[in-house]
Amino acid sequence: MTVTREPAAKKAAPRRKAPPLELTDRALHERRLGWLLSAPAFVLMLAVTAYPMANAVYLSTFSYRLTDPGGKEFVGLSNYLVVLTDALWWEDVATTAVITLVTVSLELVIGFTFAMVMHKIIFGRRTVRTSILVPYGIITVVSAFAWRYAFALDSGFVNNWLGLGDFDWFGQRWSALITICASEIWKTTPFIALLLLAGLAQVPDSLIEAAHVDGATFRQRLFKVIIPNMKAAIMVALLFRTLDAWRIFDNVFVMTAGANGTETLSFLTYRQSITRVALGIGSAVSVLLFLSVLLIAFVFIKGFKTDLGQVRGDRR
Amino acid sequence: MTTSRRAQVAWAAGAVLILLYTLTPIAWMISLSLKPGDDIYNKQFLPTDWSLENYRTVFATDLFTSALRNSIGISLLSTVFSVLIAMLVAYAIARLDFPGKKLILSVALAIAMFPVISLIGPLFDMWRAVGLFDTWLGLIIPYISFTLPLSIWTLSAFFREIPWEMEQAAQVDGATPWQAFRRVIVPLAAPGVFTTAIIAFFAGWNDFVFGVSLTSTDAARPVPAALAFFTARRSSSSRPRRSRRPPWSSPSPSSS
Repeated sequence: MTVTREPAAKKAAPRRKAPPLELTDRALHERRLGWLLSAPAFVLMLAVTAYPMANAVYLSTFSYRLTDPGGKEFVGLSNYLVVLTDALWWEDVATTAVITLVTVSLELVIGFTFAMVMHKIIFGRRTVRTSILVPYGIITVVSAFAWRYAFALDSGFVNNWLGLGDFDWFGQRWSALITICASEIWKTTPFIALLLLAGLAQVPDSLIEAAHVDGATFRQRLFKVIIPNMKAAIMVALLFRTLDAWRIFDNVFVMTAGANGTETLSFLTYRQSITRVALGIGSAVSVLLFLSVLLIAFVFIKGFKTDLGQVRGDRR
Repeated sequence: MTTSRRAQVAWAAGAVLILLYTLTPIAWMISLSLKPGDDIYNKQFLPTDWSLENYRTVFATDLFTSALRNSIGISLLSTVFSVLIAMLVAYAIARLDFPGKKLILSVALAIAMFPVISLIGPLFDMWRAVGLFDTWLGLIIPYISFTLPLSIWTLSAFFREIPWEMEQAAQVDGATPWQAFRRVIVPLAAPGVFTTAIIAFFAGWNDFVFGVSLTSTDAARPVPAALAFFTARRSSSSRPRRSRRPPWSSPSPSSS
Protein backbone atom coordinates (compact mmCIF):
# COMPACT_ATOMS: atom_id res chain seq x y z
CA MET A 1 0.00 0.00 0.00
CA THR A 2 1.00 3.59 -0.43
CA VAL A 3 1.78 3.91 3.24
CA THR A 4 5.13 2.30 2.81
CA ARG A 5 6.26 4.69 0.14
CA GLU A 6 8.06 7.35 2.08
CA PRO A 7 11.58 7.28 0.60
CA ALA A 8 10.39 8.84 -2.67
CA ALA A 9 9.06 11.86 -0.84
CA LYS A 10 12.01 14.16 -1.51
CA LYS A 11 11.52 14.04 -5.21
CA ALA A 12 7.89 15.04 -5.08
CA ALA A 13 8.22 17.93 -2.67
CA PRO A 14 8.09 21.23 -4.51
CA ARG A 15 11.62 22.55 -4.57
CA ARG A 16 10.87 26.20 -5.11
CA LYS A 17 7.98 27.78 -3.29
CA ALA A 18 7.80 31.03 -5.24
CA PRO A 19 8.53 30.42 -8.91
CA PRO A 20 10.84 32.93 -10.54
CA LEU A 21 8.98 35.67 -12.33
CA GLU A 22 10.28 34.71 -15.72
CA LEU A 23 9.57 31.10 -16.46
CA THR A 24 11.46 29.36 -19.17
CA ASP A 25 9.49 27.97 -22.07
CA ARG A 26 10.06 24.50 -20.83
CA ALA A 27 8.78 25.29 -17.30
CA LEU A 28 5.72 26.97 -18.77
CA HIS A 29 5.07 23.99 -20.97
CA GLU A 30 5.49 21.69 -17.97
CA ARG A 31 2.95 23.69 -15.99
CA ARG A 32 0.43 23.69 -18.76
CA LEU A 33 0.88 19.95 -19.33
CA GLY A 34 0.50 19.33 -15.59
CA TRP A 35 -2.78 21.16 -15.47
CA LEU A 36 -3.96 19.61 -18.69
CA LEU A 37 -3.27 16.09 -17.46
CA SER A 38 -4.94 16.70 -14.11
CA ALA A 39 -7.99 18.49 -15.46
CA PRO A 40 -10.16 15.51 -16.46
CA ALA A 41 -9.79 13.80 -13.08
CA PHE A 42 -10.28 17.03 -11.20
CA VAL A 43 -13.44 17.94 -13.09
CA LEU A 44 -14.90 14.43 -12.82
CA MET A 45 -14.22 14.13 -9.10
CA LEU A 46 -15.83 17.47 -8.38
CA ALA A 47 -18.71 17.05 -10.82
CA VAL A 48 -19.98 13.95 -9.05
CA THR A 49 -19.39 15.22 -5.50
CA ALA A 50 -19.29 18.98 -5.16
CA TYR A 51 -22.17 19.75 -7.48
CA PRO A 52 -24.61 17.15 -6.09
CA MET A 53 -23.58 18.11 -2.57
CA ALA A 54 -24.38 21.76 -3.31
CA ASN A 55 -27.61 20.53 -4.83
CA ALA A 56 -28.34 18.60 -1.63
CA VAL A 57 -27.86 21.74 0.43
CA TYR A 58 -30.24 23.57 -1.92
CA LEU A 59 -32.86 20.79 -1.88
CA SER A 60 -32.67 20.53 1.90
CA THR A 61 -34.29 23.96 2.20
CA PHE A 62 -37.41 22.79 0.38
CA SER A 63 -40.34 20.69 1.35
CA TYR A 64 -40.16 18.37 -1.65
CA ARG A 65 -41.47 14.92 -2.35
CA LEU A 66 -41.19 13.42 -5.81
CA THR A 67 -44.69 12.01 -5.49
CA ASP A 68 -45.97 15.53 -4.99
CA PRO A 69 -43.92 17.78 -7.31
CA GLY A 70 -46.45 20.60 -7.17
CA GLY A 71 -46.11 20.89 -3.41
CA LYS A 72 -42.45 21.94 -3.59
CA GLU A 73 -42.00 25.01 -1.44
CA PHE A 74 -39.18 26.83 0.28
CA VAL A 75 -39.11 26.09 4.01
CA GLY A 76 -35.71 27.42 5.05
CA LEU A 77 -34.02 25.41 7.74
CA SER A 78 -37.13 23.74 9.07
CA ASN A 79 -36.18 20.37 7.52
CA TYR A 80 -33.10 20.35 9.73
CA LEU A 81 -35.26 21.22 12.71
CA VAL A 82 -37.58 18.34 11.89
CA VAL A 83 -34.67 15.90 11.63
CA LEU A 84 -32.77 17.09 14.69
CA THR A 85 -35.82 17.12 16.97
CA ASP A 86 -36.87 13.63 15.91
CA ALA A 87 -36.03 10.82 18.30
CA LEU A 88 -35.39 8.53 15.31
CA TRP A 89 -32.42 10.62 14.17
CA TRP A 90 -30.80 10.37 17.58
CA GLU A 91 -31.57 6.66 17.83
CA ASP A 92 -29.83 6.19 14.47
CA VAL A 93 -26.89 8.29 15.61
CA ALA A 94 -26.58 6.06 18.68
CA THR A 95 -26.83 2.87 16.60
CA THR A 96 -24.21 4.09 14.15
CA ALA A 97 -21.92 5.19 16.97
CA VAL A 98 -22.24 1.82 18.74
CA ILE A 99 -21.49 -0.09 15.54
CA THR A 100 -18.53 2.17 14.78
CA LEU A 101 -17.04 1.96 18.27
CA VAL A 102 -17.47 -1.80 18.63
CA THR A 103 -16.27 -2.77 15.17
CA VAL A 104 -13.32 -0.38 14.97
CA SER A 105 -11.96 -1.22 18.43
CA LEU A 106 -12.33 -4.98 17.97
CA GLU A 107 -10.90 -4.77 14.47
CA LEU A 108 -7.90 -2.87 15.76
CA VAL A 109 -7.13 -5.62 18.28
CA ILE A 110 -7.79 -8.52 15.89
CA GLY A 111 -6.14 -6.72 13.00
CA PHE A 112 -3.02 -6.02 15.04
CA THR A 113 -2.80 -9.64 16.14
CA PHE A 114 -3.15 -10.79 12.55
CA ALA A 115 -0.54 -8.29 11.40
CA MET A 116 1.87 -9.57 14.08
CA VAL A 117 1.31 -13.17 13.01
CA MET A 118 1.78 -12.30 9.34
CA HIS A 119 4.90 -10.36 10.22
CA LYS A 120 6.47 -13.13 12.29
CA ILE A 121 5.63 -16.42 10.65
CA ILE A 122 8.11 -17.97 8.31
CA PHE A 123 6.34 -21.09 7.15
CA GLY A 124 3.23 -20.56 5.04
CA ARG A 125 3.59 -16.80 4.92
CA ARG A 126 2.27 -16.48 1.40
CA THR A 127 -0.75 -18.68 2.05
CA VAL A 128 -1.77 -16.66 5.08
CA ARG A 129 -1.28 -13.33 3.33
CA THR A 130 -3.35 -14.53 0.40
CA SER A 131 -6.10 -15.94 2.56
CA ILE A 132 -6.52 -12.68 4.41
CA LEU A 133 -7.44 -11.07 1.11
CA VAL A 134 -10.46 -13.37 0.78
CA PRO A 135 -12.86 -11.49 3.08
CA TYR A 136 -11.52 -8.23 1.69
CA GLY A 137 -12.30 -9.24 -1.87
CA ILE A 138 -15.73 -10.69 -1.35
CA ILE A 139 -18.78 -8.57 -2.18
CA THR A 140 -20.17 -7.11 1.06
CA VAL A 141 -23.73 -8.03 0.11
CA VAL A 142 -22.71 -11.66 -0.38
CA SER A 143 -20.90 -11.89 2.95
CA ALA A 144 -23.83 -10.17 4.64
CA PHE A 145 -26.15 -12.86 3.25
CA ALA A 146 -23.83 -15.61 4.46
CA TRP A 147 -23.83 -14.16 7.97
CA ARG A 148 -27.57 -13.61 7.90
CA TYR A 149 -28.23 -17.22 6.94
CA ALA A 150 -25.74 -18.38 9.57
CA PHE A 151 -27.68 -16.61 12.32
CA ALA A 152 -31.20 -16.95 10.88
CA LEU A 153 -33.74 -18.90 12.89
CA ASP A 154 -34.66 -21.29 10.08
CA SER A 155 -31.34 -21.93 8.33
CA GLY A 156 -28.58 -21.00 10.73
CA PHE A 157 -26.05 -23.28 12.34
CA VAL A 158 -24.94 -20.77 14.97
CA ASN A 159 -27.77 -21.54 17.42
CA ASN A 160 -27.01 -25.20 16.94
CA TRP A 161 -23.31 -24.76 17.66
CA LEU A 162 -23.81 -22.47 20.62
CA GLY A 163 -26.68 -24.55 21.99
CA LEU A 164 -29.04 -21.59 22.03
CA GLY A 165 -32.07 -23.47 20.76
CA ASP A 166 -34.54 -21.14 19.07
CA PHE A 167 -32.93 -17.84 19.91
CA ASP A 168 -34.04 -15.21 17.39
CA TRP A 169 -30.93 -13.12 16.73
CA PHE A 170 -32.79 -10.65 14.56
CA GLY A 171 -35.68 -10.28 17.00
CA GLN A 172 -34.04 -7.82 19.38
CA ARG A 173 -31.97 -4.73 18.90
CA TRP A 174 -28.77 -5.81 20.66
CA SER A 175 -28.51 -9.32 19.30
CA ALA A 176 -29.25 -8.00 15.80
CA LEU A 177 -26.50 -5.42 16.25
CA ILE A 178 -24.11 -8.18 17.32
CA THR A 179 -24.72 -10.07 14.08
CA ILE A 180 -24.22 -6.90 12.02
CA CYS A 181 -20.99 -6.14 13.86
CA ALA A 182 -19.76 -9.72 13.40
CA SER A 183 -20.32 -9.54 9.67
CA GLU A 184 -18.71 -6.10 9.41
CA ILE A 185 -15.70 -7.15 11.49
CA TRP A 186 -15.12 -10.28 9.46
CA LYS A 187 -15.25 -8.38 6.21
CA THR A 188 -13.07 -5.39 7.09
CA THR A 189 -10.45 -6.63 9.58
CA PRO A 190 -8.15 -7.64 6.70
CA PHE A 191 -8.03 -3.99 5.64
CA ILE A 192 -6.74 -2.93 9.06
CA ALA A 193 -4.44 -5.95 9.29
CA LEU A 194 -2.79 -5.11 5.97
CA LEU A 195 -2.34 -1.43 6.85
CA LEU A 196 -0.85 -2.40 10.23
CA LEU A 197 1.40 -4.98 8.58
CA ALA A 198 2.83 -2.18 6.45
CA GLY A 199 3.28 -0.16 9.64
CA LEU A 200 5.01 -3.04 11.44
CA ALA A 201 7.47 -3.40 8.60
CA GLN A 202 8.55 0.19 9.21
CA VAL A 203 9.51 -0.38 12.85
CA PRO A 204 13.31 -0.76 12.84
CA ASP A 205 14.35 -4.25 13.93
CA SER A 206 17.39 -2.82 15.72
CA LEU A 207 15.11 -0.99 18.18
CA ILE A 208 13.23 -4.16 19.10
CA GLU A 209 16.47 -6.08 19.39
CA ALA A 210 18.02 -3.42 21.61
CA ALA A 211 14.99 -3.53 23.90
CA HIS A 212 15.25 -7.32 23.96
CA VAL A 213 18.91 -7.19 24.92
CA ASP A 214 18.11 -4.69 27.66
CA GLY A 215 15.76 -7.28 29.13
CA ALA A 216 12.39 -5.89 28.07
CA THR A 217 9.57 -8.42 28.22
CA PHE A 218 7.35 -9.09 25.21
CA ARG A 219 4.69 -6.84 26.73
CA GLN A 220 7.14 -3.99 27.23
CA ARG A 221 8.55 -4.36 23.75
CA LEU A 222 5.01 -4.29 22.36
CA PHE A 223 3.73 -1.26 24.24
CA LYS A 224 6.93 0.72 24.66
CA VAL A 225 8.70 0.09 21.37
CA ILE A 226 6.55 -1.37 18.62
CA ILE A 227 3.25 0.47 19.04
CA PRO A 228 4.72 3.96 19.61
CA ASN A 229 6.87 3.50 16.51
CA MET A 230 3.94 2.66 14.29
CA LYS A 231 1.54 5.22 15.67
CA ALA A 232 1.22 6.95 12.29
CA ALA A 233 0.08 3.76 10.55
CA ILE A 234 -2.35 2.99 13.37
CA MET A 235 -3.91 6.43 13.20
CA VAL A 236 -4.35 6.29 9.43
CA ALA A 237 -5.94 2.84 9.68
CA LEU A 238 -8.23 4.07 12.46
CA LEU A 239 -9.26 7.15 10.50
CA PHE A 240 -10.17 5.22 7.40
CA ARG A 241 -11.96 2.45 9.23
CA THR A 242 -13.88 4.88 11.47
CA LEU A 243 -15.16 6.81 8.48
CA ASP A 244 -15.97 3.56 6.73
CA ALA A 245 -17.86 2.13 9.69
CA TRP A 246 -19.72 5.38 10.18
CA ARG A 247 -21.09 5.00 6.65
CA ILE A 248 -22.14 1.35 7.11
CA PHE A 249 -24.97 0.50 4.74
CA ASP A 250 -24.70 -2.80 2.86
CA ASN A 251 -24.61 -5.04 5.92
CA VAL A 252 -27.57 -3.32 7.55
CA PHE A 253 -29.57 -3.33 4.33
CA VAL A 254 -29.16 -7.06 3.82
CA MET A 255 -29.19 -8.34 7.39
CA THR A 256 -31.97 -6.38 9.09
CA ALA A 257 -33.16 -3.64 6.72
CA GLY A 258 -33.03 -1.34 9.71
CA ALA A 259 -35.69 -3.22 11.70
CA ASN A 260 -35.68 -3.40 15.51
CA GLY A 261 -33.65 -0.25 16.05
CA THR A 262 -30.73 -1.27 13.87
CA GLU A 263 -31.14 1.57 11.40
CA THR A 264 -27.94 3.51 10.73
CA LEU A 265 -27.52 7.05 9.41
CA SER A 266 -26.73 5.85 5.90
CA PHE A 267 -29.80 3.67 5.88
CA LEU A 268 -31.93 6.55 7.10
CA THR A 269 -30.62 8.70 4.24
CA TYR A 270 -31.39 5.96 1.75
CA ARG A 271 -34.87 5.40 3.12
CA GLN A 272 -35.79 9.08 3.06
CA SER A 273 -34.31 9.84 -0.38
CA ILE A 274 -35.00 6.68 -2.35
CA THR A 275 -37.73 4.68 -0.61
CA ARG A 276 -39.87 7.62 0.50
CA VAL A 277 -38.61 9.93 -2.30
CA ALA A 278 -38.79 12.75 0.24
CA LEU A 279 -35.89 14.62 -1.32
CA GLY A 280 -36.21 17.64 0.97
CA ILE A 281 -35.88 15.77 4.25
CA GLY A 282 -33.57 13.23 2.64
CA SER A 283 -31.18 15.98 1.55
CA ALA A 284 -31.22 17.46 5.04
CA VAL A 285 -30.19 14.07 6.42
CA SER A 286 -27.53 13.80 3.68
CA VAL A 287 -26.06 17.16 4.60
CA LEU A 288 -26.03 16.27 8.30
CA LEU A 289 -24.32 12.95 7.55
CA PHE A 290 -21.76 14.77 5.42
CA LEU A 291 -21.10 17.23 8.25
CA SER A 292 -20.67 14.38 10.74
CA VAL A 293 -18.08 12.77 8.44
CA LEU A 294 -16.28 16.11 8.16
CA LEU A 295 -16.28 16.39 11.94
CA ILE A 296 -14.77 12.91 12.37
CA ALA A 297 -12.08 13.62 9.78
CA PHE A 298 -11.36 16.96 11.42
CA VAL A 299 -11.05 15.44 14.90
CA PHE A 300 -8.65 12.79 13.59
CA ILE A 301 -6.51 15.12 11.51
CA LYS A 302 -6.35 18.12 13.84
CA GLY A 303 -7.16 16.57 17.20
CA PHE A 304 -5.15 13.36 16.98
CA LYS A 305 -2.67 14.82 14.46
CA THR A 306 -3.11 11.96 12.02
CA ASP A 307 -0.40 12.35 9.43
CA LEU A 308 -2.17 11.99 6.11
CA GLY A 309 1.02 12.87 4.27
CA GLN A 310 1.92 9.29 5.02
CA VAL A 311 -0.98 8.13 2.91
CA ARG A 312 -0.19 10.52 0.12
CA GLY A 313 3.45 9.59 0.22
CA ASP A 314 4.59 13.21 0.13
CA ARG A 315 5.79 13.65 3.68
CA ARG A 316 8.72 15.99 3.94
CA MET B 1 17.44 -12.32 17.95
CA THR B 2 17.00 -16.08 18.02
CA THR B 3 13.40 -17.03 17.71
CA SER B 4 12.70 -19.85 20.08
CA ARG B 5 10.99 -22.98 18.88
CA ARG B 6 8.05 -22.32 21.16
CA ALA B 7 7.52 -18.87 19.71
CA GLN B 8 7.54 -20.27 16.18
CA VAL B 9 4.90 -22.83 17.16
CA ALA B 10 2.78 -20.04 18.66
CA TRP B 11 2.99 -17.98 15.45
CA ALA B 12 2.12 -21.04 13.39
CA ALA B 13 -0.94 -21.58 15.59
CA GLY B 14 -1.83 -17.96 14.91
CA ALA B 15 -1.55 -18.60 11.20
CA VAL B 16 -3.94 -21.53 11.46
CA LEU B 17 -6.33 -19.27 13.34
CA ILE B 18 -6.20 -16.70 10.55
CA LEU B 19 -6.93 -19.38 7.97
CA LEU B 20 -9.91 -20.58 10.01
CA TYR B 21 -11.11 -17.01 10.37
CA THR B 22 -10.99 -16.22 6.69
CA LEU B 23 -12.12 -19.54 5.28
CA THR B 24 -14.91 -20.72 7.61
CA PRO B 25 -17.52 -18.25 6.29
CA ILE B 26 -16.43 -19.09 2.74
CA ALA B 27 -16.95 -22.79 3.45
CA TRP B 28 -20.38 -21.92 4.85
CA MET B 29 -21.30 -20.02 1.66
CA ILE B 30 -20.24 -22.93 -0.52
CA SER B 31 -22.05 -25.39 1.73
CA LEU B 32 -25.23 -23.26 1.54
CA SER B 33 -25.09 -23.16 -2.21
CA LEU B 34 -24.85 -26.95 -2.39
CA LYS B 35 -27.87 -27.59 -0.20
CA PRO B 36 -30.75 -28.72 -2.42
CA GLY B 37 -34.39 -27.82 -1.76
CA ASP B 38 -35.41 -27.78 1.88
CA ASP B 39 -32.00 -28.95 3.01
CA ILE B 40 -31.17 -25.28 3.54
CA TYR B 41 -33.27 -25.46 6.71
CA ASN B 42 -31.32 -28.37 8.18
CA LYS B 43 -29.57 -25.95 10.58
CA GLN B 44 -26.31 -27.79 10.03
CA PHE B 45 -23.07 -26.38 8.75
CA LEU B 46 -22.81 -29.05 6.06
CA PRO B 47 -25.45 -30.22 3.61
CA THR B 48 -27.00 -33.59 4.39
CA ASP B 49 -27.19 -34.26 0.69
CA TRP B 50 -25.40 -32.07 -1.79
CA SER B 51 -26.29 -31.16 -5.36
CA LEU B 52 -25.61 -28.53 -8.00
CA GLU B 53 -29.32 -27.86 -8.37
CA ASN B 54 -29.05 -24.24 -7.20
CA TYR B 55 -26.39 -23.39 -9.75
CA ARG B 56 -28.49 -24.84 -12.56
CA THR B 57 -31.47 -22.78 -11.42
CA VAL B 58 -29.47 -19.59 -11.22
CA PHE B 59 -28.14 -19.86 -14.74
CA ALA B 60 -31.46 -21.04 -16.13
CA THR B 61 -33.23 -17.82 -15.17
CA ASP B 62 -32.39 -14.43 -16.58
CA LEU B 63 -32.40 -12.64 -13.22
CA PHE B 64 -28.84 -13.42 -12.25
CA THR B 65 -27.27 -13.56 -15.70
CA SER B 66 -28.49 -10.10 -16.67
CA ALA B 67 -27.17 -8.67 -13.41
CA LEU B 68 -23.86 -10.42 -14.04
CA ARG B 69 -23.68 -8.89 -17.50
CA ASN B 70 -24.38 -5.44 -16.07
CA SER B 71 -21.84 -5.81 -13.29
CA ILE B 72 -19.03 -7.01 -15.52
CA GLY B 73 -19.72 -4.45 -18.23
CA ILE B 74 -20.12 -1.47 -15.92
CA SER B 75 -17.14 -2.35 -13.71
CA LEU B 76 -14.88 -2.99 -16.71
CA LEU B 77 -15.78 0.23 -18.49
CA SER B 78 -15.44 2.37 -15.38
CA THR B 79 -12.11 0.68 -14.58
CA VAL B 80 -10.72 1.44 -18.04
CA PHE B 81 -11.70 5.11 -17.85
CA SER B 82 -10.68 5.52 -14.24
CA VAL B 83 -7.21 4.06 -14.83
CA LEU B 84 -6.69 6.06 -18.03
CA ILE B 85 -7.62 9.34 -16.37
CA ALA B 86 -5.67 8.50 -13.21
CA MET B 87 -2.61 7.64 -15.28
CA LEU B 88 -2.47 11.18 -16.65
CA VAL B 89 -2.77 12.70 -13.17
CA ALA B 90 -0.31 10.31 -11.56
CA TYR B 91 2.23 11.09 -14.24
CA ALA B 92 1.78 14.81 -13.68
CA ILE B 93 2.09 14.39 -9.91
CA ALA B 94 5.09 12.10 -9.96
CA ARG B 95 6.92 13.88 -12.70
CA LEU B 96 5.94 17.45 -13.47
CA ASP B 97 6.42 20.56 -11.40
CA PHE B 98 3.31 22.68 -11.33
CA PRO B 99 1.31 24.59 -8.74
CA GLY B 100 -1.91 22.89 -7.65
CA LYS B 101 -0.37 19.46 -7.18
CA LYS B 102 -1.19 19.44 -3.49
CA LEU B 103 -4.73 20.62 -4.20
CA ILE B 104 -5.39 17.66 -6.47
CA LEU B 105 -4.05 15.18 -3.93
CA SER B 106 -6.10 16.77 -1.16
CA VAL B 107 -9.26 16.72 -3.25
CA ALA B 108 -8.66 13.05 -4.04
CA LEU B 109 -8.19 12.32 -0.36
CA ALA B 110 -11.35 14.21 0.59
CA ILE B 111 -13.34 12.29 -1.99
CA ALA B 112 -12.07 8.97 -0.69
CA MET B 113 -13.60 9.89 2.67
CA PHE B 114 -16.81 11.25 1.20
CA PRO B 115 -20.05 9.66 2.45
CA VAL B 116 -21.36 8.47 -0.92
CA ILE B 117 -24.81 7.88 0.52
CA SER B 118 -25.15 11.66 0.91
CA LEU B 119 -25.10 11.97 -2.86
CA ILE B 120 -27.76 9.49 -3.81
CA GLY B 121 -30.70 11.86 -3.21
CA PRO B 122 -29.42 14.64 -5.48
CA LEU B 123 -27.92 12.19 -7.99
CA PHE B 124 -31.21 10.32 -8.14
CA ASP B 125 -32.95 13.62 -8.91
CA MET B 126 -30.33 14.77 -11.44
CA TRP B 127 -30.07 11.44 -13.23
CA ARG B 128 -33.83 11.28 -13.64
CA ALA B 129 -33.82 14.78 -15.09
CA VAL B 130 -31.11 14.07 -17.67
CA GLY B 131 -32.19 10.52 -18.46
CA LEU B 132 -29.23 8.74 -16.89
CA PHE B 133 -31.30 6.94 -14.26
CA ASP B 134 -31.21 3.16 -14.69
CA THR B 135 -28.58 3.24 -17.45
CA TRP B 136 -25.01 1.91 -17.59
CA LEU B 137 -23.61 5.40 -17.99
CA GLY B 138 -25.51 6.52 -14.89
CA LEU B 139 -23.46 4.05 -12.84
CA ILE B 140 -20.20 4.35 -14.76
CA ILE B 141 -19.84 8.08 -14.05
CA PRO B 142 -20.05 7.81 -10.24
CA TYR B 143 -17.88 4.67 -10.27
CA ILE B 144 -15.14 6.51 -12.18
CA SER B 145 -15.26 9.45 -9.78
CA PHE B 146 -15.05 7.31 -6.69
CA THR B 147 -12.33 4.97 -7.93
CA LEU B 148 -10.19 7.88 -9.14
CA PRO B 149 -8.69 8.79 -5.72
CA LEU B 150 -7.58 5.20 -5.13
CA SER B 151 -6.23 4.91 -8.66
CA ILE B 152 -4.38 8.22 -8.40
CA TRP B 153 -2.64 7.27 -5.14
CA THR B 154 -1.72 3.77 -6.20
CA LEU B 155 -0.48 4.87 -9.60
CA SER B 156 1.51 7.85 -8.40
CA ALA B 157 3.21 5.58 -5.87
CA PHE B 158 4.13 3.19 -8.67
CA PHE B 159 5.18 5.99 -11.00
CA ARG B 160 7.65 7.32 -8.47
CA GLU B 161 9.57 4.05 -8.64
CA ILE B 162 10.02 4.16 -12.39
CA PRO B 163 13.55 4.93 -13.64
CA TRP B 164 12.82 8.34 -15.09
CA GLU B 165 16.27 8.72 -16.65
CA MET B 166 14.88 6.68 -19.50
CA GLU B 167 12.30 9.35 -20.13
CA GLN B 168 14.97 12.02 -20.09
CA ALA B 169 17.01 9.95 -22.50
CA ALA B 170 14.02 9.85 -24.83
CA GLN B 171 13.59 13.59 -24.50
CA VAL B 172 17.25 14.17 -25.22
CA ASP B 173 16.79 12.08 -28.33
CA GLY B 174 14.14 14.54 -29.45
CA ALA B 175 10.88 13.13 -28.08
CA THR B 176 8.27 15.57 -26.75
CA PRO B 177 7.12 15.07 -23.15
CA TRP B 178 3.96 13.47 -24.51
CA GLN B 179 5.89 11.03 -26.68
CA ALA B 180 8.19 10.22 -23.80
CA PHE B 181 5.15 9.43 -21.70
CA ARG B 182 3.41 7.37 -24.33
CA ARG B 183 6.38 5.38 -25.71
CA VAL B 184 8.70 4.95 -22.76
CA ILE B 185 6.79 5.25 -19.52
CA VAL B 186 3.55 3.46 -20.31
CA PRO B 187 5.22 0.10 -21.00
CA LEU B 188 7.34 0.49 -17.87
CA ALA B 189 4.32 1.33 -15.80
CA ALA B 190 2.23 -1.61 -16.97
CA PRO B 191 2.51 -3.71 -13.76
CA GLY B 192 1.42 -0.76 -11.60
CA VAL B 193 -1.39 0.02 -13.98
CA PHE B 194 -2.55 -3.57 -13.85
CA THR B 195 -2.58 -3.59 -10.03
CA THR B 196 -4.51 -0.34 -10.00
CA ALA B 197 -7.00 -1.71 -12.49
CA ILE B 198 -7.69 -4.70 -10.25
CA ILE B 199 -8.30 -2.46 -7.25
CA ALA B 200 -10.56 -0.15 -9.27
CA PHE B 201 -12.48 -3.07 -10.73
CA PHE B 202 -13.20 -4.50 -7.28
CA ALA B 203 -14.35 -1.12 -6.02
CA GLY B 204 -16.96 -0.98 -8.78
CA TRP B 205 -17.80 -4.66 -8.49
CA ASN B 206 -18.38 -4.33 -4.75
CA ASP B 207 -20.46 -1.17 -4.91
CA PHE B 208 -23.92 -1.42 -3.47
CA VAL B 209 -25.03 2.12 -2.63
CA PHE B 210 -25.16 3.43 -6.20
CA GLY B 211 -26.28 0.13 -7.65
CA VAL B 212 -29.30 -0.04 -5.42
CA SER B 213 -30.23 3.65 -5.66
CA LEU B 214 -29.64 4.60 -9.27
CA THR B 215 -31.22 1.58 -10.97
CA SER B 216 -34.72 0.21 -11.03
CA THR B 217 -34.79 -2.60 -13.60
CA ASP B 218 -32.61 -5.30 -15.13
CA ALA B 219 -31.35 -2.71 -17.62
CA ALA B 220 -28.49 -1.66 -15.37
CA ARG B 221 -28.90 -3.31 -11.98
CA PRO B 222 -25.57 -4.86 -10.93
CA VAL B 223 -25.12 -8.11 -9.01
CA PRO B 224 -24.98 -6.82 -5.39
CA ALA B 225 -28.20 -4.86 -5.82
CA ALA B 226 -29.88 -7.72 -7.68
CA LEU B 227 -28.97 -10.15 -4.88
CA ALA B 228 -30.38 -7.84 -2.23
CA PHE B 229 -33.66 -7.58 -4.12
CA PHE B 230 -33.81 -11.25 -4.94
CA THR B 231 -35.74 -12.07 -1.79
CA ALA B 232 -38.29 -9.39 -2.52
CA ARG B 233 -38.90 -10.39 -6.11
CA ARG B 234 -39.06 -14.15 -6.01
CA SER B 235 -41.40 -15.25 -3.32
CA SER B 236 -40.96 -18.99 -3.53
CA SER B 237 -38.58 -21.80 -4.50
CA SER B 238 -36.42 -21.66 -7.66
CA ARG B 239 -33.44 -20.28 -5.75
CA PRO B 240 -33.44 -21.69 -2.27
CA ARG B 241 -30.39 -19.77 -1.19
CA ARG B 242 -32.13 -16.43 -1.41
CA SER B 243 -35.68 -17.50 -1.89
CA ARG B 244 -37.56 -16.79 1.29
CA ARG B 245 -38.66 -13.32 2.12
CA PRO B 246 -37.58 -12.93 5.72
CA PRO B 247 -39.91 -11.23 8.19
CA TRP B 248 -37.48 -8.38 8.74
CA SER B 249 -37.13 -7.40 5.11
CA SER B 250 -39.94 -4.86 5.17
CA PRO B 251 -38.82 -1.32 5.89
CA SER B 252 -39.13 -0.33 9.50
CA PRO B 253 -42.48 1.37 10.17
CA SER B 254 -41.16 4.37 12.05
CA SER B 255 -40.28 7.45 10.07
CA SER B 256 -39.45 11.02 10.80
